[in-house]
Amino acid sequence: MANTEDAGLTLPAGFSASIVASNLGSVRHIAITKEGNVYAKLGRAKGGNGILYLKNNNGQLEKQNGFGDYGGTAMRIHDGYLYASSNTDVYRYKLNSNDEVLDPSNPEKIVTGLLDHEEHNSKSVTLDDAGNIYVNVGAYSNSCQVEDRTPGSMGRPGCPILDSAGGIWQFKADKADQHYGDGVHYAIGLRNVVGLDWNRKDNTLFVMQHGRDQLHDLFPQYYDAKASAILPAECMYEIHQGDNAGWPYIYYDQIQKKQILMPEYGGDGKKAADKKYLDPVMAFPGHLAPNDLLFYTGNQFPEKYKNGAFIAFHGSWNRSPEPQAGYFVVFVPFSNGKPTGQWEVFADGFAGAKDISSPGKAAHRPCGLAQGPDGSLYVSDDVKGTIYKIAYNKK
Amino acid sequence: MKNSSSGRITDIKPTHQKPITNGEKVYKKVCLSCHQADGSGVPNMTPPLIQTSFVLGDKEKLIHIVLDGLKNVDIDDQTYNNPMPALGSVLKDKEIADVLTYVRNSFGNKASAVTVAEVKAVRGNMK
Repeated sequence: MANTEDAGLTLPAGFSASIVASNLGSVRHIAITKEGNVYAKLGRAKGGNGILYLKNNNGQLEKQNGFGDYGGTAMRIHDGYLYASSNTDVYRYKLNSNDEVLDPSNPEKIVTGLLDHEEHNSKSVTLDDAGNIYVNVGAYSNSCQVEDRTPGSMGRPGCPILDSAGGIWQFKADKADQHYGDGVHYAIGLRNVVGLDWNRKDNTLFVMQHGRDQLHDLFPQYYDAKASAILPAECMYEIHQGDNAGWPYIYYDQIQKKQILMPEYGGDGKKAADKKYLDPVMAFPGHLAPNDLLFYTGNQFPEKYKNGAFIAFHGSWNRSPEPQAGYFVVFVPFSNGKPTGQWEVFADGFAGAKDISSPGKAAHRPCGLAQGPDGSLYVSDDVKGTIYKIAYNKK
Repeated sequence: MKNSSSGRITDIKPTHQKPITNGEKVYKKVCLSCHQADGSGVPNMTPPLIQTSFVLGDKEKLIHIVLDGLKNVDIDDQTYNNPMPALGSVLKDKEIADVLTYVRNSFGNKASAVTVAEVKAVRGNMK
Protein backbone atom coordinates (compact mmCIF):
# COMPACT_ATOMS: atom_id res chain seq x y z
CA MET A 1 0.00 0.00 0.00
CA ALA A 2 1.16 3.49 -0.79
CA ASN A 3 1.32 5.87 2.11
CA THR A 4 -1.60 8.20 2.46
CA GLU A 5 -0.75 11.15 4.60
CA ASP A 6 -3.33 12.13 7.19
CA ALA A 7 -4.79 15.39 5.95
CA GLY A 8 -5.40 17.09 9.28
CA LEU A 9 -9.01 17.96 8.46
CA THR A 10 -11.91 18.07 10.89
CA LEU A 11 -14.75 15.81 9.70
CA PRO A 12 -17.97 14.28 11.03
CA ALA A 13 -17.58 11.01 12.99
CA GLY A 14 -16.77 8.02 10.82
CA PHE A 15 -15.11 10.03 8.03
CA SER A 16 -11.41 10.26 7.31
CA ALA A 17 -9.36 12.34 4.90
CA SER A 18 -6.07 11.63 3.20
CA ILE A 19 -3.85 13.67 0.89
CA VAL A 20 -3.63 11.79 -2.42
CA ALA A 21 -1.65 14.37 -4.42
CA SER A 22 0.28 17.53 -3.59
CA ASN A 23 2.28 20.42 -5.06
CA LEU A 24 0.44 20.26 -8.38
CA GLY A 25 0.05 24.03 -8.82
CA SER A 26 -3.11 26.12 -8.72
CA VAL A 27 -5.64 23.28 -9.07
CA ARG A 28 -9.08 24.70 -9.77
CA HIS A 29 -11.72 22.11 -10.73
CA ILE A 30 -11.09 18.36 -10.98
CA ALA A 31 -12.77 15.41 -12.68
CA ILE A 32 -12.49 11.70 -11.86
CA THR A 33 -12.76 8.81 -14.28
CA LYS A 34 -14.55 5.54 -13.56
CA GLU A 35 -11.08 4.02 -13.03
CA GLY A 36 -10.33 6.51 -10.24
CA ASN A 37 -7.87 8.60 -12.25
CA VAL A 38 -8.03 12.37 -11.99
CA TYR A 39 -7.85 15.28 -14.41
CA ALA A 40 -6.90 18.55 -12.70
CA LYS A 41 -7.34 21.99 -14.27
CA LEU A 42 -4.73 24.57 -13.35
CA GLY A 43 -5.61 28.24 -12.98
CA ARG A 44 -2.30 29.06 -14.58
CA ALA A 45 -0.53 26.70 -16.97
CA LYS A 46 2.70 25.28 -15.56
CA GLY A 47 5.47 24.35 -17.98
CA GLY A 48 3.00 24.70 -20.83
CA ASN A 49 0.46 22.39 -19.21
CA GLY A 50 -2.92 23.64 -18.01
CA ILE A 51 -4.39 20.16 -17.42
CA LEU A 52 -2.71 17.38 -15.45
CA TYR A 53 -3.56 13.70 -15.75
CA LEU A 54 -3.05 11.81 -12.48
CA LYS A 55 -3.21 8.05 -12.32
CA ASN A 56 -4.50 6.16 -9.33
CA ASN A 57 -1.88 3.85 -7.86
CA ASN A 58 -3.12 2.15 -4.68
CA GLY A 59 -4.91 5.27 -3.57
CA GLN A 60 -2.17 7.77 -4.42
CA LEU A 61 -2.43 9.89 -7.54
CA GLU A 62 0.68 9.83 -9.70
CA LYS A 63 1.32 12.57 -12.22
CA GLN A 64 1.33 11.31 -15.80
CA ASN A 65 1.25 13.68 -18.75
CA GLY A 66 0.12 17.28 -18.89
CA PHE A 67 -1.54 19.02 -21.83
CA GLY A 68 -3.72 22.04 -22.72
CA ASP A 69 -1.43 25.10 -22.66
CA TYR A 70 -4.04 27.42 -21.12
CA GLY A 71 -4.99 28.34 -17.56
CA GLY A 72 -8.65 28.16 -16.56
CA THR A 73 -11.12 26.60 -14.18
CA ALA A 74 -13.57 24.04 -15.60
CA MET A 75 -12.90 20.29 -15.58
CA ARG A 76 -15.77 17.88 -16.11
CA ILE A 77 -16.21 14.42 -17.65
CA HIS A 78 -19.45 13.74 -19.47
CA ASP A 79 -20.50 11.11 -22.00
CA GLY A 80 -17.02 10.09 -23.13
CA TYR A 81 -15.51 13.57 -23.22
CA LEU A 82 -13.35 15.68 -20.93
CA TYR A 83 -14.54 19.31 -20.85
CA ALA A 84 -12.17 22.15 -19.89
CA SER A 85 -12.26 25.92 -20.00
CA SER A 86 -9.81 28.75 -20.41
CA ASN A 87 -10.99 32.21 -19.35
CA THR A 88 -12.52 32.76 -22.81
CA ASP A 89 -13.19 29.35 -24.37
CA VAL A 90 -14.58 25.89 -23.62
CA TYR A 91 -12.83 22.82 -25.04
CA ARG A 92 -13.53 19.11 -25.08
CA TYR A 93 -11.26 16.10 -25.51
CA LYS A 94 -12.49 12.70 -26.64
CA LEU A 95 -11.73 9.88 -24.17
CA ASN A 96 -10.97 6.25 -25.04
CA SER A 97 -12.57 3.29 -23.24
CA ASN A 98 -10.08 3.72 -20.37
CA ASP A 99 -11.04 7.39 -20.08
CA GLU A 100 -7.71 8.55 -21.43
CA VAL A 101 -7.53 11.56 -23.72
CA LEU A 102 -7.03 10.36 -27.30
CA ASP A 103 -5.50 13.49 -28.79
CA PRO A 104 -4.29 15.91 -26.11
CA SER A 105 -3.06 18.55 -28.58
CA ASN A 106 -6.22 18.75 -30.67
CA PRO A 107 -9.29 19.43 -28.56
CA GLU A 108 -12.54 20.58 -30.11
CA LYS A 109 -13.22 24.21 -29.26
CA ILE A 110 -16.91 24.14 -28.28
CA VAL A 111 -17.42 27.74 -27.19
CA THR A 112 -15.22 30.70 -28.04
CA GLY A 113 -14.94 34.44 -27.50
CA LEU A 114 -16.41 34.73 -24.00
CA LEU A 115 -15.48 37.96 -22.25
CA ASP A 116 -12.36 38.12 -20.08
CA HIS A 117 -11.83 41.46 -18.36
CA GLU A 118 -9.79 39.82 -15.56
CA GLU A 119 -12.29 40.48 -12.76
CA HIS A 120 -14.47 37.34 -12.32
CA ASN A 121 -13.09 35.80 -15.50
CA SER A 122 -13.25 32.09 -14.65
CA LYS A 123 -15.60 30.04 -16.81
CA SER A 124 -17.12 27.09 -14.97
CA VAL A 125 -19.29 24.49 -16.68
CA THR A 126 -21.78 21.73 -16.00
CA LEU A 127 -23.69 19.47 -18.38
CA ASP A 128 -27.24 18.10 -18.46
CA ASP A 129 -28.41 14.81 -20.02
CA ALA A 130 -29.99 16.48 -23.03
CA GLY A 131 -26.78 17.48 -24.81
CA ASN A 132 -26.35 20.94 -23.29
CA ILE A 133 -23.46 22.59 -21.49
CA TYR A 134 -23.99 25.51 -19.09
CA VAL A 135 -21.24 28.11 -18.87
CA ASN A 136 -20.87 30.91 -16.36
CA VAL A 137 -19.69 34.32 -17.52
CA GLY A 138 -18.96 36.43 -14.42
CA ALA A 139 -19.61 40.17 -14.31
CA TYR A 140 -16.42 42.18 -14.79
CA SER A 141 -17.44 44.44 -11.93
CA ASN A 142 -18.29 44.34 -8.24
CA SER A 143 -21.64 46.12 -8.36
CA CYS A 144 -21.88 47.80 -11.78
CA GLN A 145 -20.76 51.17 -10.41
CA VAL A 146 -19.85 53.88 -12.91
CA GLU A 147 -16.37 53.57 -11.36
CA ASP A 148 -15.81 49.98 -10.19
CA ARG A 149 -15.07 49.66 -6.44
CA THR A 150 -14.86 53.43 -5.96
CA PRO A 151 -16.43 54.87 -2.80
CA GLY A 152 -19.78 56.56 -3.47
CA SER A 153 -19.87 55.84 -7.22
CA MET A 154 -23.46 54.98 -8.22
CA GLY A 155 -24.74 52.14 -10.39
CA ARG A 156 -24.72 52.37 -14.17
CA PRO A 157 -28.32 52.76 -15.34
CA GLY A 158 -29.64 49.59 -17.00
CA CYS A 159 -26.36 47.86 -16.16
CA PRO A 160 -24.89 47.22 -19.66
CA ILE A 161 -22.60 44.46 -18.37
CA LEU A 162 -25.59 42.11 -18.25
CA ASP A 163 -25.81 41.76 -22.04
CA SER A 164 -22.69 39.61 -22.21
CA ALA A 165 -21.70 38.75 -18.61
CA GLY A 166 -23.19 38.30 -15.15
CA GLY A 167 -25.18 35.25 -16.17
CA ILE A 168 -25.29 31.67 -17.41
CA TRP A 169 -25.24 30.69 -21.07
CA GLN A 170 -26.43 27.36 -22.47
CA PHE A 171 -24.61 25.89 -25.47
CA LYS A 172 -24.66 22.56 -27.31
CA ALA A 173 -22.12 20.19 -25.77
CA ASP A 174 -21.11 18.74 -29.15
CA LYS A 175 -21.02 21.72 -31.50
CA ALA A 176 -17.78 23.50 -32.42
CA ASP A 177 -17.03 27.23 -32.35
CA GLN A 178 -20.18 28.53 -30.75
CA HIS A 179 -20.25 32.24 -29.91
CA TYR A 180 -22.61 34.09 -27.57
CA GLY A 181 -25.21 34.34 -30.36
CA ASP A 182 -25.28 30.57 -30.88
CA GLY A 183 -26.17 29.90 -27.27
CA VAL A 184 -29.16 30.58 -25.04
CA HIS A 185 -28.81 33.38 -22.51
CA TYR A 186 -30.14 31.01 -19.84
CA ALA A 187 -30.15 33.14 -16.68
CA ILE A 188 -29.20 36.73 -15.84
CA GLY A 189 -28.42 38.81 -12.78
CA LEU A 190 -25.79 36.44 -11.38
CA ARG A 191 -22.69 38.41 -10.40
CA ASN A 192 -20.20 35.57 -10.50
CA VAL A 193 -20.78 31.82 -10.38
CA VAL A 194 -17.79 29.52 -9.98
CA GLY A 195 -19.62 26.46 -8.60
CA LEU A 196 -22.54 25.04 -10.51
CA ASP A 197 -23.97 21.53 -10.97
CA TRP A 198 -26.81 19.87 -12.79
CA ASN A 199 -29.14 18.17 -10.31
CA ARG A 200 -30.14 14.86 -11.92
CA LYS A 201 -32.86 14.23 -9.35
CA ASP A 202 -35.06 17.00 -10.72
CA ASN A 203 -33.20 17.88 -13.94
CA THR A 204 -32.41 21.39 -12.85
CA LEU A 205 -29.41 23.67 -12.76
CA PHE A 206 -28.15 24.85 -9.37
CA VAL A 207 -25.57 27.60 -9.02
CA MET A 208 -23.63 29.27 -6.21
CA GLN A 209 -23.27 33.02 -6.55
CA HIS A 210 -20.38 35.05 -5.18
CA GLY A 211 -22.14 38.05 -3.66
CA ARG A 212 -20.89 41.63 -3.95
CA ASP A 213 -18.01 42.98 -1.88
CA GLN A 214 -17.25 46.07 0.20
CA LEU A 215 -20.59 47.47 1.36
CA HIS A 216 -18.86 49.40 4.14
CA ASP A 217 -15.93 50.65 2.04
CA LEU A 218 -18.21 52.00 -0.65
CA PHE A 219 -21.27 53.10 1.39
CA PRO A 220 -20.13 53.66 5.00
CA GLN A 221 -23.22 55.82 5.65
CA TYR A 222 -25.40 52.68 5.46
CA TYR A 223 -23.14 49.82 6.56
CA ASP A 224 -20.68 49.52 9.43
CA ALA A 225 -17.69 47.19 9.14
CA LYS A 226 -19.46 44.46 11.11
CA ALA A 227 -22.51 44.39 8.82
CA SER A 228 -20.24 44.48 5.80
CA ALA A 229 -18.33 41.42 7.06
CA ILE A 230 -21.42 39.20 6.86
CA LEU A 231 -23.52 40.85 4.12
CA PRO A 232 -24.71 40.11 1.56
CA ALA A 233 -25.42 36.36 1.58
CA GLU A 234 -23.59 33.97 -0.68
CA CYS A 235 -26.59 32.38 -2.40
CA MET A 236 -27.53 29.03 -3.83
CA TYR A 237 -30.08 29.41 -6.64
CA GLU A 238 -32.18 26.84 -8.45
CA ILE A 239 -32.10 28.13 -12.01
CA HIS A 240 -34.68 27.72 -14.75
CA GLN A 241 -34.40 29.28 -18.18
CA GLY A 242 -35.16 33.00 -18.06
CA ASP A 243 -34.52 33.47 -14.36
CA ASN A 244 -33.09 36.77 -13.10
CA ALA A 245 -31.30 36.70 -9.74
CA GLY A 246 -31.17 40.49 -9.57
CA TRP A 247 -27.49 41.53 -9.61
CA PRO A 248 -26.59 44.43 -9.56
CA TYR A 249 -29.94 45.87 -8.47
CA ILE A 250 -30.53 43.75 -5.38
CA TYR A 251 -28.80 41.48 -2.91
CA TYR A 252 -30.12 38.91 -0.45
CA ASP A 253 -29.82 39.75 3.26
CA GLN A 254 -29.72 36.50 5.23
CA ILE A 255 -30.38 38.31 8.54
CA GLN A 256 -33.50 40.22 7.43
CA LYS A 257 -34.31 37.21 5.21
CA LYS A 258 -35.23 39.30 2.20
CA GLN A 259 -33.99 40.95 -0.95
CA ILE A 260 -32.60 44.44 -0.39
CA LEU A 261 -32.08 47.22 -2.91
CA MET A 262 -28.37 47.76 -3.67
CA PRO A 263 -27.00 51.09 -2.38
CA GLU A 264 -25.67 51.79 -5.90
CA TYR A 265 -29.30 51.82 -7.05
CA GLY A 266 -30.85 53.87 -4.26
CA GLY A 267 -30.80 51.36 -1.40
CA ASP A 268 -29.88 52.14 2.20
CA GLY A 269 -29.49 48.68 3.69
CA LYS A 270 -33.21 48.47 4.53
CA LYS A 271 -35.24 49.32 1.44
CA ALA A 272 -36.76 46.13 0.04
CA ALA A 273 -36.22 45.14 -3.56
CA ASP A 274 -38.72 44.76 -6.36
CA LYS A 275 -40.38 41.35 -6.01
CA LYS A 276 -39.57 40.26 -9.56
CA TYR A 277 -36.20 38.67 -8.77
CA LEU A 278 -35.42 35.08 -7.93
CA ASP A 279 -35.09 34.09 -4.25
CA PRO A 280 -32.21 31.82 -3.24
CA VAL A 281 -32.98 28.28 -2.09
CA MET A 282 -30.28 28.69 0.56
CA ALA A 283 -28.29 31.62 1.91
CA PHE A 284 -24.81 31.48 3.46
CA PRO A 285 -22.77 34.14 5.29
CA GLY A 286 -21.15 36.73 3.04
CA HIS A 287 -17.79 36.62 1.26
CA LEU A 288 -17.05 32.91 1.82
CA ALA A 289 -16.60 32.43 -1.95
CA PRO A 290 -18.29 29.17 -3.03
CA ASN A 291 -16.04 27.78 -5.77
CA ASP A 292 -17.62 24.40 -6.50
CA LEU A 293 -20.91 22.58 -6.07
CA LEU A 294 -21.48 18.83 -6.26
CA PHE A 295 -24.65 16.79 -5.79
CA TYR A 296 -23.61 13.56 -4.13
CA THR A 297 -24.96 10.43 -5.82
CA GLY A 298 -22.60 7.84 -4.33
CA ASN A 299 -23.41 4.94 -2.03
CA GLN A 300 -20.41 5.11 0.29
CA PHE A 301 -21.56 7.93 2.59
CA PRO A 302 -24.45 7.49 5.08
CA GLU A 303 -28.00 7.88 3.79
CA LYS A 304 -28.38 11.55 4.78
CA TYR A 305 -25.74 12.58 2.24
CA LYS A 306 -27.46 10.92 -0.72
CA ASN A 307 -28.45 13.51 -3.35
CA GLY A 308 -27.34 16.32 -1.03
CA ALA A 309 -25.09 19.20 -2.02
CA PHE A 310 -21.42 19.61 -1.14
CA ILE A 311 -20.01 23.10 -1.56
CA ALA A 312 -16.31 23.99 -1.59
CA PHE A 313 -15.84 27.46 -0.10
CA HIS A 314 -12.61 29.14 -1.12
CA GLY A 315 -12.62 31.43 1.95
CA SER A 316 -13.04 35.17 2.32
CA TRP A 317 -10.84 38.22 1.78
CA ASN A 318 -13.16 41.11 2.55
CA ARG A 319 -14.31 40.57 6.12
CA SER A 320 -11.66 42.71 7.86
CA PRO A 321 -11.45 43.85 10.61
CA GLU A 322 -13.21 40.54 11.44
CA PRO A 323 -11.08 37.41 10.88
CA GLN A 324 -11.38 35.88 7.43
CA ALA A 325 -13.58 32.77 7.23
CA GLY A 326 -14.95 29.95 5.16
CA TYR A 327 -11.98 27.84 4.06
CA PHE A 328 -14.16 24.73 4.30
CA VAL A 329 -16.49 22.27 2.59
CA VAL A 330 -20.16 22.51 3.51
CA PHE A 331 -23.02 20.03 3.19
CA VAL A 332 -26.70 20.77 2.51
CA PRO A 333 -29.21 17.88 2.76
CA PHE A 334 -31.57 17.57 -0.22
CA SER A 335 -34.61 15.54 -1.11
CA ASN A 336 -36.34 15.64 -4.49
CA GLY A 337 -34.22 18.56 -5.56
CA LYS A 338 -35.00 20.80 -2.56
CA PRO A 339 -32.94 21.51 0.55
CA THR A 340 -34.44 19.71 3.56
CA GLY A 341 -32.37 21.24 6.34
CA GLN A 342 -29.76 23.83 7.23
CA TRP A 343 -26.22 23.81 5.90
CA GLU A 344 -23.46 22.38 8.05
CA VAL A 345 -19.67 22.45 7.86
CA PHE A 346 -18.55 19.06 6.56
CA ALA A 347 -14.78 19.40 6.25
CA ASP A 348 -12.73 22.13 7.93
CA GLY A 349 -9.08 22.85 8.67
CA PHE A 350 -7.80 23.44 5.13
CA ALA A 351 -6.40 26.85 6.07
CA GLY A 352 -4.16 25.34 8.76
CA ALA A 353 -4.43 28.01 11.46
CA LYS A 354 -7.58 28.70 13.44
CA ASP A 355 -7.68 32.46 12.85
CA ILE A 356 -6.82 33.66 9.38
CA SER A 357 -6.39 37.44 9.34
CA SER A 358 -5.64 37.66 5.61
CA PRO A 359 -6.24 35.08 2.87
CA GLY A 360 -2.55 34.82 1.99
CA LYS A 361 -2.09 33.08 5.34
CA ALA A 362 -4.40 30.19 4.44
CA ALA A 363 -2.26 27.10 3.81
CA HIS A 364 -4.89 25.55 1.52
CA ARG A 365 -8.13 26.81 0.00
CA PRO A 366 -10.82 24.41 -1.25
CA CYS A 367 -11.67 25.08 -4.89
CA GLY A 368 -12.94 21.95 -6.65
CA LEU A 369 -15.01 18.86 -5.85
CA ALA A 370 -15.42 15.49 -7.51
CA GLN A 371 -17.01 12.18 -6.61
CA GLY A 372 -14.82 9.09 -6.94
CA PRO A 373 -16.13 5.83 -8.46
CA ASP A 374 -16.23 4.32 -4.94
CA GLY A 375 -18.28 7.24 -3.60
CA SER A 376 -15.39 9.07 -1.93
CA LEU A 377 -15.34 12.86 -2.13
CA TYR A 378 -12.27 14.55 -3.62
CA VAL A 379 -11.42 18.16 -2.81
CA SER A 380 -8.82 20.24 -4.66
CA ASP A 381 -6.83 23.19 -3.29
CA ASP A 382 -5.55 25.99 -5.51
CA VAL A 383 -2.90 27.38 -3.15
CA LYS A 384 -0.45 24.49 -3.20
CA GLY A 385 -2.22 22.03 -5.46
CA THR A 386 -3.23 19.45 -2.90
CA ILE A 387 -5.94 16.87 -3.59
CA TYR A 388 -7.76 15.42 -0.60
CA LYS A 389 -9.81 12.22 -0.57
CA ILE A 390 -12.56 12.01 2.02
CA ALA A 391 -13.98 8.57 2.76
CA TYR A 392 -16.53 7.08 5.13
CA ASN A 393 -15.34 4.10 7.10
CA LYS A 394 -18.21 1.69 7.64
CA LYS A 395 -18.46 0.40 11.17
CA MET B 1 2.06 72.42 18.94
CA LYS B 2 0.15 72.18 22.20
CA ASN B 3 1.55 70.39 25.19
CA SER B 4 -0.56 67.79 26.92
CA SER B 5 -2.06 68.61 30.31
CA SER B 6 0.85 67.00 32.11
CA GLY B 7 3.06 69.53 30.43
CA ARG B 8 5.93 67.11 30.11
CA ILE B 9 8.09 67.83 27.12
CA THR B 10 8.38 64.10 26.29
CA ASP B 11 4.68 64.04 25.37
CA ILE B 12 5.42 66.05 22.27
CA LYS B 13 5.81 63.63 19.40
CA PRO B 14 8.43 64.32 16.75
CA THR B 15 6.65 65.90 13.77
CA HIS B 16 7.81 63.29 11.23
CA GLN B 17 5.59 60.69 12.91
CA LYS B 18 2.41 62.62 12.29
CA PRO B 19 1.88 61.64 8.65
CA ILE B 20 2.22 57.96 9.64
CA THR B 21 -0.76 58.28 11.95
CA ASN B 22 -2.93 60.04 9.39
CA GLY B 23 -1.73 57.65 6.75
CA GLU B 24 -2.72 54.64 8.82
CA LYS B 25 -6.17 56.15 9.23
CA VAL B 26 -6.54 56.56 5.48
CA TYR B 27 -5.14 53.07 4.88
CA LYS B 28 -7.70 51.49 7.20
CA LYS B 29 -10.56 53.39 5.62
CA VAL B 30 -9.75 53.05 1.94
CA CYS B 31 -7.06 50.43 1.31
CA LEU B 32 -7.22 47.75 3.98
CA SER B 33 -10.09 45.56 2.84
CA CYS B 34 -8.33 44.66 -0.41
CA HIS B 35 -4.64 45.04 0.52
CA GLN B 36 -5.24 43.54 4.01
CA ALA B 37 -4.13 44.67 7.48
CA ASP B 38 -0.63 43.25 6.95
CA GLY B 39 -0.27 44.56 3.38
CA SER B 40 -0.14 41.01 2.02
CA GLY B 41 -2.97 41.51 -0.50
CA VAL B 42 -5.21 38.70 -1.79
CA PRO B 43 -3.67 35.89 -3.86
CA ASN B 44 -4.65 36.25 -7.54
CA MET B 45 -6.83 39.29 -6.78
CA THR B 46 -4.99 42.13 -5.06
CA PRO B 47 -1.21 42.60 -5.15
CA PRO B 48 0.80 42.74 -1.93
CA LEU B 49 2.36 46.04 -0.82
CA ILE B 50 5.33 44.31 0.78
CA GLN B 51 8.82 44.69 -0.71
CA THR B 52 7.61 45.41 -4.23
CA SER B 53 9.16 47.83 -6.69
CA PHE B 54 5.70 49.33 -7.24
CA VAL B 55 5.67 50.59 -3.64
CA LEU B 56 9.38 51.14 -2.98
CA GLY B 57 10.37 52.44 -6.42
CA ASP B 58 9.46 55.54 -8.41
CA LYS B 59 7.19 57.75 -6.30
CA GLU B 60 5.65 59.47 -9.31
CA LYS B 61 4.46 56.13 -10.69
CA LEU B 62 3.09 55.15 -7.29
CA ILE B 63 1.18 58.43 -6.87
CA HIS B 64 -0.19 57.96 -10.36
CA ILE B 65 -1.59 54.53 -9.46
CA VAL B 66 -3.48 55.96 -6.49
CA LEU B 67 -4.85 58.89 -8.49
CA ASP B 68 -5.77 56.96 -11.60
CA GLY B 69 -6.15 53.32 -10.56
CA LEU B 70 -4.58 50.24 -12.11
CA LYS B 71 -5.83 47.14 -13.87
CA ASN B 72 -4.67 44.28 -16.08
CA VAL B 73 -1.06 44.59 -14.98
CA ASP B 74 1.06 41.57 -14.05
CA ILE B 75 3.28 42.12 -11.05
CA ASP B 76 6.31 39.86 -10.61
CA ASP B 77 4.77 37.36 -13.03
CA GLN B 78 1.52 37.18 -11.07
CA THR B 79 -1.91 38.17 -12.34
CA TYR B 80 -4.23 40.12 -10.07
CA ASN B 81 -7.85 40.20 -11.17
CA ASN B 82 -9.41 42.90 -9.01
CA PRO B 83 -8.96 46.42 -10.34
CA MET B 84 -7.47 49.21 -8.26
CA PRO B 85 -10.02 52.07 -8.27
CA ALA B 86 -8.96 55.60 -9.22
CA LEU B 87 -8.91 57.50 -5.94
CA GLY B 88 -8.03 60.94 -7.30
CA SER B 89 -11.53 62.22 -6.66
CA VAL B 90 -11.87 60.38 -3.34
CA LEU B 91 -8.66 61.38 -1.57
CA LYS B 92 -7.10 64.82 -1.06
CA ASP B 93 -3.43 65.40 -1.89
CA LYS B 94 -2.49 65.30 1.79
CA GLU B 95 -4.35 62.03 2.36
CA ILE B 96 -2.52 60.48 -0.58
CA ALA B 97 0.85 61.73 0.65
CA ASP B 98 0.12 60.44 4.14
CA VAL B 99 -1.14 57.03 3.08
CA LEU B 100 1.75 56.45 0.68
CA THR B 101 4.25 57.48 3.33
CA TYR B 102 2.54 55.01 5.67
CA VAL B 103 2.63 52.19 3.12
CA ARG B 104 6.28 52.89 2.23
CA ASN B 105 7.17 52.59 5.94
CA SER B 106 4.94 49.69 7.03
CA PHE B 107 4.81 45.91 6.51
CA GLY B 108 8.60 45.79 6.64
CA ASN B 109 9.00 48.51 3.98
CA LYS B 110 11.46 51.36 4.41
CA ALA B 111 11.44 54.18 1.91
CA SER B 112 11.32 57.96 1.82
CA ALA B 113 8.16 59.90 2.60
CA VAL B 114 5.80 61.14 -0.09
CA THR B 115 5.08 64.87 0.17
CA VAL B 116 1.95 66.82 -0.63
CA ALA B 117 3.95 68.79 -3.20
CA GLU B 118 4.88 65.56 -5.01
CA VAL B 119 1.24 64.47 -5.15
CA LYS B 120 0.19 67.93 -6.35
CA ALA B 121 2.79 67.83 -9.11
CA VAL B 122 1.64 64.44 -10.42
CA ARG B 123 -2.00 65.48 -10.27
CA GLY B 124 -1.14 68.65 -12.16
CA ASN B 125 0.63 66.72 -14.92
CA MET B 126 -2.36 64.44 -15.38
CA LYS B 127 -4.79 67.22 -16.23
